[in-house]
Amino acid sequence: MGKTNFFVLICLGVLVLLFPLVISDSYNLTIGVFAGVNALLALGLCVLMGFAGQASLGQAGFYGIGAYISAILSIKYGLPVALSMVIAAIVSGISAIMIAVPALRLRGHYLAVATLGFGEIVYVLLNELGPGGPSGFGDIPHLNLFGYIFKSSLSNFYLVWCFVLLVIIFSFNLVNSRIGRAMKAIHDSEVASNAMGLDVAALKIKVFILSAIYASFAGSFYAHFVTFLSPSTFSLFQSILILMMVILGGASNLWGAILGAIIITILPEALRKFEELDVLVYGIILTLSLLFMRKGIVPLIIDKLKVEKKHA
Amino acid sequence: MLTVLMQFLFSGITVGAVYALVGLGFNIIYNATSIINLAQGEFVVLGGLLMWFFTESVKLPFFLSVILTLLSAGLIGLLMERLTIRPLRGAELLVMIMITVAVSIVLRGLIMFKFGKDPYGYEPFTSGEPLMIFGAVIQQQVLWVLGITLSLIFLVYLFFNKTMLGKAMSACAVNPLAAKLVGINVSKMIMISFVLSAILGAVGGIAITPISLMEYDKGPALAVKGFCAAIMGGLGQGMGAVVGGFIIGILESLTAGYIHSGFKDAVALVIMLAILVFKPSGIFGSKSVMQVRKF
Repeated sequence: MGKTNFFVLICLGVLVLLFPLVISDSYNLTIGVFAGVNALLALGLCVLMGFAGQASLGQAGFYGIGAYISAILSIKYGLPVALSMVIAAIVSGISAIMIAVPALRLRGHYLAVATLGFGEIVYVLLNELGPGGPSGFGDIPHLNLFGYIFKSSLSNFYLVWCFVLLVIIFSFNLVNSRIGRAMKAIHDSEVASNAMGLDVAALKIKVFILSAIYASFAGSFYAHFVTFLSPSTFSLFQSILILMMVILGGASNLWGAILGAIIITILPEALRKFEELDVLVYGIILTLSLLFMRKGIVPLIIDKLKVEKKHA
Repeated sequence: MLTVLMQFLFSGITVGAVYALVGLGFNIIYNATSIINLAQGEFVVLGGLLMWFFTESVKLPFFLSVILTLLSAGLIGLLMERLTIRPLRGAELLVMIMITVAVSIVLRGLIMFKFGKDPYGYEPFTSGEPLMIFGAVIQQQVLWVLGITLSLIFLVYLFFNKTMLGKAMSACAVNPLAAKLVGINVSKMIMISFVLSAILGAVGGIAITPISLMEYDKGPALAVKGFCAAIMGGLGQGMGAVVGGFIIGILESLTAGYIHSGFKDAVALVIMLAILVFKPSGIFGSKSVMQVRKF
């Protein structure tokens, strides 16, 4: 995965390890857990969008499926949480196939809007068929691994971020593998990739499934950490937030997804003091960052470093 | 039986009229710029709330309020294009979608700051007994909504087909470069398209608010429905969106009445997905046109 990336990974690992030692109040740790959940969501979309060039405005749908299926299986059918999480990921993967196959014929706007439609339908179904309807349901068990129950913010923080680190390693290996190069080829030109003998359709479906599985695990972690679910968490706005994380951080870089996820998680907390102006300030920040950093933060930093190297 | 059906039909047509206006606005902007403006629903909200502000809060006469509301909405559309769309010209598709989303969040923030989270409403345009058609009760305002929508659609049709400016805008849609070569100011046309669709949305808001009230967060749902209408009729097919809007409105109302009100919001999306799968060019669109488009 390259020297620089390995170095950044180690840095992130150390950061994750030290964070709870420096900031130990459970409120900030909880935000840390959410940042990890968001990082998973953003990584999934980043692989899909930045590398395979497929837009999705429906990631919240997979996020919601992951959360609800895993929660319902563990409450109603008493399955172990870890098993429910895996089953939820499988269900998400299957629904990804259902949306990816027809979406293969679509490009650009049409693909973005088809995925948006999928996400919104899941949202309506959660409202109508989910336990508790629009007001949601609680008492979801925590994750229990080998007798250890992940209940505190601290344990969940380490759990989620360890998973994020593993997913990062997996994603980097994927991106730099034969499949990853094929994905980049599709991103640049589908026609050329086809002509080179790549099975574009099969590859696109696989990437769709992968991003759905990332999102599903994010949802499951969320459900078994918060122990309460309501559909409002999985609305269109969530899909837009996930897209925002990826674009803000830089869609062409996996680190961008992580950074974007952290920024978007912290931003509303930082905007608390604006009270009723928070939505406005939030919108203005998004608008300005799109206007002046349309490539995203991480690619921008990389460009800057390159220029400095040249001058040195 | 018939009475109930008629009641559902009329309420569907009323909502459908607003979807049609939003969808038409989508198409006007899409034709000029090849982008979809997800802030479109916000202009409907602006229309209703600004109208309330001018009539109820400032207590201006009706017609003056309408004019001021439309002017303000048009100005906001203009500012949106000049400040956010124009500087980003040539950016990636997703960045363009996101900027319209970001603008819609800014607008929603502004609206929430000014008006809060309460729903607002004002008196119908004309007071009087509701009409009875096949036993269904039809408020007079419903007729206003329909009349205004239909005449507006007719005006838009005239504008694009009979006036020089409208024809110039259509030319930009077909081929911006060629349009530039024959001396059409493409940048100005894009600006006008934003102003025009902002005003269309605001008219919808002004007309519907006495019936269904207006609040700050109605924008995104309206945008999604209007977009479904546009896709249904074929993206870029002006009148297709109008038909699509009415069909979606009616089906929503029938679903809410006969099946389950909770599934109402899924109707438009399911139709849209079906259209995207089976005939992405829409009911009225042609496949060859779609292949030429940039996105």
